[in-house]
Amino acid sequence: MNPNKKRLRRTMMFLNAQKPGLIKDPYIYKPDSIMLDLEDAVAENQKDAARFSLYHALQEIDYRGVERVVRINALDTPYWKEDIRCSVAGGCDAIRIPKTESANDVKIVESAVEFAEKEFGRPQGSVLIMAAIESARGVMKALDICEASDRLFGIALSGGDYTKDLQTHITGTGIELMGARQNMVIAARAAGVQCFDTVYTDLNNMDGFRQDVQNIHLMGFDGKSIINPRQIQIVHDIFTPSEKDIIFAEKVVREIDTKKAQGIGVFTVDGKMIDIAFYDGAKRTIELAKASGVYKGDL
Amino acid sequence: MEIKKPAMAGTLESSDCLVTVEAGEGKIDFTLDSAVINQYGNQIRKVVYETLEHLGVKDVKISVVDKGALDCTIKARVEGAVFRSLEQKEHLPWGGAIR
Repeated sequence: MNPNKKRLRRTMMFLNAQKPGLIKDPYIYKPDSIMLDLEDAVAENQKDAARFSLYHALQEIDYRGVERVVRINALDTPYWKEDIRCSVAGGCDAIRIPKTESANDVKIVESAVEFAEKEFGRPQGSVLIMAAIESARGVMKALDICEASDRLFGIALSGGDYTKDLQTHITGTGIELMGARQNMVIAARAAGVQCFDTVYTDLNNMDGFRQDVQNIHLMGFDGKSIINPRQIQIVHDIFTPSEKDIIFAEKVVREIDTKKAQGIGVFTVDGKMIDIAFYDGAKRTIELAKASGVYKGDL
Repeated sequence: MEIKKPAMAGTLESSDCLVTVEAGEGKIDFTLDSAVINQYGNQIRKVVYETLEHLGVKDVKISVVDKGALDCTIKARVEGAVFRSLEQKEHLPWGGAIR
């Protein structure tokens, strides 16, 4: 398995691949991933120019460990094949498929990526895939999509197109996205891949943004797509375990290990009933703390 | 490669450059407009000539209006203009003539 498949992805910042001013130094804001966009952000008559810009950015700019994902054009356009050749040749870390509606969509892209890896001499399996779900059909097929390829590291909700398909609109409350969010997180967890939430487009409502991020964090998402560096710190604050969470998780892991050896299955930590069911969650908190660079313990 | 028709790529936005190409008169005819021509003029010229050499373009009138573009952007815009002049948008030589 590609070791990057499960890397930390709290924030994925969208950047128009055609805009040199945007793609030259986004690493200074320290998002976990950047999403270099060849799709909606790029005008129809600039699709060709955006690829040259993308290729040289991938080849020559040191993004300092920030993951470089490329959003290609949809499979019903004439652009996506050349998008994949350019992205793979340039050295991208992953391809994002827009408007994914079936496992077959993922397999088609997987095949083109595999071909491009051979053509450009990149190690087989080095380029990962993620799938954006933007329709009611896509949501209903989420589990199939998640299980379609070993390269697929996660799925992402695209709220704008999804709400259009659902014949509603983005309200800011999240009510219209509730079913899709829940269904997608469950599918992603069942398949063992990550799940990312849609963008929050009202940059003048940072309180609303924070509430939205808190909600999706509680729902089980791994991270959020973002459109502005101002949104990064809020997401990272909410998705990074607090010191209190880390200390509690350490106690849980240590106590379960000790008590298991003593043949004790249920006990209390800080007044809370704990059993083996808490073990994976506590381990996950510590792993997340490590990946976020805030863990100082020795577990 | 032979420039078939006039073409341009890029913008006049900050950190970008606008590159225009048209058929030459047997040589590379390069003009540059940049606010930083005294500091970076030679470097921009070098990048443009190297990119044209990789593409095998020897006969072209090329104009660059620079707005503080990095080398990677200059390369991208020169290639963008050249391939537009050829009307080639697919099966591009990534990692070959484009490098």
